[in-house]
Amino acid sequence: MARIRIEREKCKGCLLCVSACPKGLITIDKKLNARGIKPVRFKTDSLCLGCCMCAFICPDCCIEVYK
Amino acid sequence: MNKIFSRPKSLRNISTHYCPGCGHGIAHRLIAEIVDELGIRQRVIGIAPVGCAVIAYDYWDFDCCEAAHGRALAVATGIKRVRPQNIVFTYQGDGDLAAIGTNETIHAANRGENLTVVFINNAVYGMTGGQMAPTTLLGQKTATTPRGRSAATEGWPLKISEMLALLPGVKFIERTSLHSVQEVIKTKRAIKQAFQNQVDKIGFSLVEVLSPCPTYLGLSPVEALEWIRKTMIKEFPLGRIK
Repeated sequence: MARIRIEREKCKGCLLCVSACPKGLITIDKKLNARGIKPVRFKTDSLCLGCCMCAFICPDCCIEVYK
Repeated sequence: MNKIFSRPKSLRNISTHYCPGCGHGIAHRLIAEIVDELGIRQRVIGIAPVGCAVIAYDYWDFDCCEAAHGRALAVATGIKRVRPQNIVFTYQGDGDLAAIGTNETIHAANRGENLTVVFINNAVYGMTGGQMAPTTLLGQKTATTPRGRSAATEGWPLKISEMLALLPGVKFIERTSLHSVQEVIKTKRAIKQAFQNQVDKIGFSLVEVLSPCPTYLGLSPVEALEWIRKTMIKEFPLGRIK
């Protein structure tokens, strides 16, 4: 059981984490952040492995992983 | 629940000016993590380049110094000779290290200075508007090669790592990439080795990192990673060079 926390105000919407997540648990948020960018959002469910692949590839260090 | 991944202490909690999907952000984080892991934050000195990473000193929370364009290794040589107890590294792009700073790079390597170099190769000039860099691939379209780089007029991509590997003063050269999570982990291992070499007083160590520039490749960030994997690696093969 693990989860991630995304800093939506720092996210630039590059979507590298979306392509890196092996379970496809990250998606694009419909709401804009203060930069006017659609950030990513964690789909809250229990499949997250805590593998940190999203956090390793994030260029803006927006993702924290808890396990 | 325990926190198993978060921002390293040596990376300030501010947003960078880099474009979405830029490899500089990943490279900055890797260096900050390595500085924390080696416990050298109090004695490390980073030399920021001219290029997109020109204000890298705002993002790292340790001592940094700015150098004139291409002269990072000359400045690093001075700092390391005056303060040999400090760990001095330069962080340079391909326009900085392989174009205007080729002279300083080759001679610092030839003197075998005990320095660490992180060389970010994204095959294009980012900050000035996407012009051709020495490392631009043949056929690649840039602002100054609108029909693609041609060997007849612009020459071939400059392989600075292979050139420096010929010099006896150079002790460690590895080329890595940021195009996937596995490669990011390998890049971290290589940069950590380059820092460890300096701590152990082994000598000149350079890590060339193939990094995506989605803005001037005209691709989405995910496509830019794919471009590195499919196209750039053929010209710049990965692995330990020396």
